[in-house]
Amino acid sequence: MTADEAAVRELVSSALRERGEVVADRWVQLQLEQAALGTGISEAELREEADTLVDALGAGLRDDVPVARVVTTHRELRQAVITLSLRRARAGATPTGTSLAVLALKEALLEAVRGYTSDTGELLSAALLINRLLDAAGALSFETYVEGREEIIQRQSRQLLELSTPVVRLWDKVLAVPLIGTLDTARTQVVMENLLEAIQENESRVAIIDITGVPTVDTAVAQHLLQTVNAVRLMGADCVISGIRPPIAQTIAQLGIDLSAILTRATLADALAESLRLTGQSGPRTEGAVLR
Amino acid sequence: MTGRTAGVPILRLGDVLVTGLLNELDDHSATAFTEELTERISADDARGVLIDVSRLELIDSFVARTLMELTTVARLLGARVIVAGMRPAVALTLVELGLQLTGVETALNAEQGMAALGWEQVAHVPGPSAPAALGDPGGSP
Repeated sequence: MTADEAAVRELVSSALRERGEVVADRWVQLQLEQAALGTGISEAELREEADTLVDALGAGLRDDVPVARVVTTHRELRQAVITLSLRRARAGATPTGTSLAVLALKEALLEAVRGYTSDTGELLSAALLINRLLDAAGALSFETYVEGREEIIQRQSRQLLELSTPVVRLWDKVLAVPLIGTLDTARTQVVMENLLEAIQENESRVAIIDITGVPTVDTAVAQHLLQTVNAVRLMGADCVISGIRPPIAQTIAQLGIDLSAILTRATLADALAESLRLTGQSGPRTEGAVLR
Repeated sequence: MTGRTAGVPILRLGDVLVTGLLNELDDHSATAFTEELTERISADDARGVLIDVSRLELIDSFVARTLMELTTVARLLGARVIVAGMRPAVALTLVELGLQLTGVETALNAEQGMAALGWEQVAHVPGPSAPAALGDPGGSP
């Protein structure tokens, strides 16, 4: 069996060596047919990928490693598969398109081997060997694809975090942070940092945290709010929390969260009025009920 | 004075003592600072103390405790302590450490701290009747 396998391996290897060009051509052709799957990769790039992949595959087969482990142990082959998968992940290709890209090599390779032997048994062995070899590549490709997408998701959530916490100057010496979405530890950190920097920059006396857009307030969120208020106080400014909706007020009361140390107001307008009182400024009262 | 001083100047402006903490504050000089300031509050009959911390890049638990102690001590002596000018990064660290400086009054900067202690900022334009400046030949007693 081992001798048999070695012979089949030699067969596939020589097919790759002598007809590598054909295999690469066929692969590129298969890829172009799949262009409908939306890989978004040009023919020149495909050609380059094909050459790298076929070369690395040939080199990998010459190593003295079990077939199923060639892809994971051979450095260049592994790299070629990773590069190919990452490129597709970043270009927004579908998972199907990406794994098919690697698995299409099976078909191309098998066609090349078919030109070498017509013995059914040998062909079957070769097909099994190619399968084992490239299934590993398919798995690796999928893993890399997921990692690549994961990276994109993480980057986007970082950007979202920065975008979602604006600090607005509402009045002279009054800042406001309209919070939208839930408050987790990472978000609190960003809010606090931005807010404290802004307080120092503008020499603000009052910071209003508006939680109208926060869907729920549980103990963790309350804890984060308290932390922010404390940090603002340490800076020497006052903090007002506004926009606590009736259901949220009920939840806070039911959970027994003590927010008595925090100045709270129902609406942002009330909070602004309170802030103006705290800073000893008069708002545009002459113009009527702007602050009502 | 028994120990060495903290090396921090303590200025008296009317009934307010003005001082600041520097970065290289170790436990020993923090203690020395507390002692010196306490004595000055009592000796100068101060009603307010402004401690500027804007030069501090880090406030550890010991310094935080020192500040809280100082506030309590000063209150017992009838003076109000205001800690002014804390940096954002320092405030963040303190909150994360759970040191909220309970009872300590804070101000954004020294100017606002002084305002809180009752010092109004009034622009004085020196006129003919201004107090004698240094080097004024007629001003020396």
